[in-house]
Amino acid sequence: MNLKDYHLMNFFEKFIYHLMNFFKNLPSRLWIFLVKFSKGFIRFFVKLTHNTVSFFLILKQGDVWTKLSFVFMGLGDIVRKRFLQGFIFLTSEVGFIFFFFRFALKYLKDFGTLGSVVETEYIDEATGIIMYNTADNSMLILLFSVLSLSLIVLFIALYVISINDCFKTEEAVKKGFSTKTAVQTIKGLGDEDYHKTLLTFPTVMVVAFTIIPLVFMFLIAFTNYDANHQPPGNLFTWVGFQNIKDVFGGNQLKSHTFFYLLKWDFVWAFFATFSNYFLGMILAIMINKKGIKGKKLWRTVFVVTIAVPQFVSLLMMSKFFGDSGPVNLVLQNMGLNPIRFLTDGKIARRMCIIINMWVGIPYSMLITTGILMNIPMELYESAKIDGAGPVKGFFQITLPYVLFVTTPYLITQYVGNFNNFNVIYLLTTGGPKSLHLYQAGETDLLVTWLYSLTIQYQDYNLASVIGIMCFIVSAVLSLLVYNSSSSVKNEEQFQ
Amino acid sequence: MIKSQKRSKHTVNAVIYIILSVMAVVWLFPILWLVVRSFQGEKGAWITTVFPQKYTFANYVNLFKDTTLFNFPKWFMNTFWVAIFTCLLSTMLIMMISYTFSRLRFKARKGYMNVGLILGMFPGFLTMIAVYHILKVFGLYQSHISLILVYSAGSCLVYFIAKGYFDTIPRALDEAATIDGATKNQIFWKITLPLSKPIVVYTALTSFMGPWADFIFASIIMKDNYDKYTVAVGLYKMLERENIFNWFTSFCAGAVLVSIPITILFIIGQNYYVEGVTGGATKG
Repeated sequence: MNLKDYHLMNFFEKFIYHLMNFFKNLPSRLWIFLVKFSKGFIRFFVKLTHNTVSFFLILKQGDVWTKLSFVFMGLGDIVRKRFLQGFIFLTSEVGFIFFFFRFALKYLKDFGTLGSVVETEYIDEATGIIMYNTADNSMLILLFSVLSLSLIVLFIALYVISINDCFKTEEAVKKGFSTKTAVQTIKGLGDEDYHKTLLTFPTVMVVAFTIIPLVFMFLIAFTNYDANHQPPGNLFTWVGFQNIKDVFGGNQLKSHTFFYLLKWDFVWAFFATFSNYFLGMILAIMINKKGIKGKKLWRTVFVVTIAVPQFVSLLMMSKFFGDSGPVNLVLQNMGLNPIRFLTDGKIARRMCIIINMWVGIPYSMLITTGILMNIPMELYESAKIDGAGPVKGFFQITLPYVLFVTTPYLITQYVGNFNNFNVIYLLTTGGPKSLHLYQAGETDLLVTWLYSLTIQYQDYNLASVIGIMCFIVSAVLSLLVYNSSSSVKNEEQFQ
Repeated sequence: MIKSQKRSKHTVNAVIYIILSVMAVVWLFPILWLVVRSFQGEKGAWITTVFPQKYTFANYVNLFKDTTLFNFPKWFMNTFWVAIFTCLLSTMLIMMISYTFSRLRFKARKGYMNVGLILGMFPGFLTMIAVYHILKVFGLYQSHISLILVYSAGSCLVYFIAKGYFDTIPRALDEAATIDGATKNQIFWKITLPLSKPIVVYTALTSFMGPWADFIFASIIMKDNYDKYTVAVGLYKMLERENIFNWFTSFCAGAVLVSIPITILFIIGQNYYVEGVTGGATKG
C-alpha cells in the first residue's frame, strides 16, 4: 500500500487501517519491548559485575589504610584528614552493627519459617492469673525482616561508596591532587550535586510508603496468610506458588471468580473509556462550535459535577437509583414495575457503565477542549480553500488530530478504569453478591475484590496475588504506550 | 443559497442548544436533588415523593449540635488540618522532584524515572495493609500524621504535570544565571519557582483537595476511631444500614457543606491549570 492509496481512503477506512495496524504491530511491539527490557537487564548485570570486580581490585591495589577501611569504614578518610566523611562512615558502621545484632538478627533467623511458637494460655502457678507465653508473630517477623533486609541493602551500598571514596582519596593524594574538603562537599550539595539534596527526602518517602510495603505484599502472595491463619493466635508460613496455582485452576471457585471478574474488568474498562472519550469529545465540540453562546457557562455546568467529591456524587447516585430511590418512585407512580438498577447483576453492570458516563464525560470534555483550542487554525483554512465543508473538516482534521494527541491519554484512562475503585465500590460495593463467586459480587472489579478480600475477609494471600495480576495488566498496557509515545522520545526537544 | 445555508446553520445551533440543555439538566439534577434533600423536613431516607413536602434548616443545625454519635465539626477540622499539611508537604515534594528530573542531569536519572513510572502503576491501596502495620509499629497508627505522610508519599509519583511545565521554561534562563554565578539551588528558588506560579498553585490546590475526597486510606488507617475520621469516611458511615434512616438527611447536609468549598477550589484550580498549560506553550 502506498501513500496515494492512503490519501484516497475516507476517514473510516483510515481509522480501521490504523486500528488493524495497531493490532498487527502489537506482537512486534511487545517483542521490541521485551528485547529492550532484557537488554537493559543484561546491561545492568554487566555493569554490576564490572563494579564488583573493580571493587575487589581495590583490595589488591589499595594501600594498607585503604585495605583496613574494608574492616573499619572511613579509616582511610580519617588518616588523610577528611575527618567529617570518615567520621560519618565510621559511625554508620557502628550503628549498623548494633542494629544488626540487637534487632535484625532476632527476626531474620525466623524468616525461613515465619515463626514456630504458637500462642497458648497457661495459668501462672504463683499468682493464679491466666498468662500468655511470648509467642512468635509471623506478620511481625515478615515485616521486620523486610525492613531489616532493606536496611542491609542500604548499608551495603554505603559500604561500597565508602571504600570507593577511600580509594579515590588515596589516588588523589598519591598524585598530589587536592581532594574535596568537607566544606566543598556541602557546597556542592547546593550546586552540582543538587539532585542528591532534592531527591533524598522523596526517595525516603517512596521507599518507606511504597517500596517496602510492596515487597511485603509481594512476599505475602507466597504465604498462607488468610482468614484461618491470623497471628498471633495462628501462625502462617510459606506455601510457595500455591496461591498462584489456585488462581490459575488449582482451586475451582477461586480461579472461576478470577477469570469471571477479569473478563468483566476488561469489558468494563473498554466501555467506560470509549463511551466517555467519544461522548466527551462530541460535547466539547458542540460547546466550542462557532456561534454557540455562553461557552464558559456550559463548561462550568459540567465541571461542577466533577468538582463535587466522588464519594458524595457516587454515594448519592447509588441512593438515587436504589431499589426505593426516586427513579423507581417515579416509575411506580407511572404505574410501571420498579427496576432493580443496582441489585440485579446484569442491570447493575450496565448501570455502572452509564453512571460512569455521568462522572467521566465532563472530564474528557475538559481534556478535549484544551486540545481543540490548540489545533492550528491554518489547517481548517487550507481545508476550506480545498473546498472541504465542516463535516469533512471534522473527519479529516479534528478527529485524527484529537485521536493522535490523546492516544496515550486513552490508554492511561483504560488502565485507570481497569483499576477504578471509586465508581464501583461507592455505587454497588461490588454487589450484588453472588454464590458462584468467591467473596465477590457481579460488578466487582479485580481491585474492589482485592479490597474486600483484605478488609472484610482477611484473605491477604489471595489479595496479594490479585494485586500482582492487576499490576501486570496495568504495567504491560502502560509500557506499550509509554515506549511508543513521542512525548517520551522527544523529551529534550522542547527545552 | 446563502440564505438556506444560514438557516441550516441556525437549525444546527438550535439542535445543539437543545442537546446541551437536556444534558445540563441530566447532569445537574442529581446534585440539585442532593441539595433539596439536605433541607428535607421529613425524617428518614425514603420518602414517598421525589421531592420532600416540608422544608427545614434543622439538618444543618443538627450536624453541628448533635455530636454524640457523629461529630461532624470535628471531622471537618480534622480534614482541614490534614489537608493543609498534606498540601504543604506534597507541593514541596512534587516541586523538588519535578525540578530535579526536568533540569538536573545525573547518571541515575533515567533509571529513577522508570522506577517511578512502574511504581505508579500499582493500585495505591494494594500496599495499604502493609503500610498500616508499618505505621502501627512506629506508633503512628490512627493518627493524622500518618494520613499526611501517606498522602504526601503517594503524591511523589505524580509529578508529570509539573515536570512537563518545567520542561517548557527555556533553559537559556538557567544558563544565563549560571554564567552570573548562581548555584542550582538559587536557580530553583529564584528563577524556576517564580516562573511557575500557575503550576505551583494548581499542585497545591489538587493536593489540598485530595484528603477531602479520599475514602480508602482514611477508612483503613482510622478503622473505628470515630473521633479521628475525615469527612469522607464519616459521611460514608452515616449511610451504613444501621444509620441511614436517622442520618440520611444529615449526610446530604454534610455533603453539601463539604462540596461547596471543594467545588470552588476545583474551578479555581482548573483555571490555573489551563493558564499553566497554555502559558507554558507560548513562553517556550
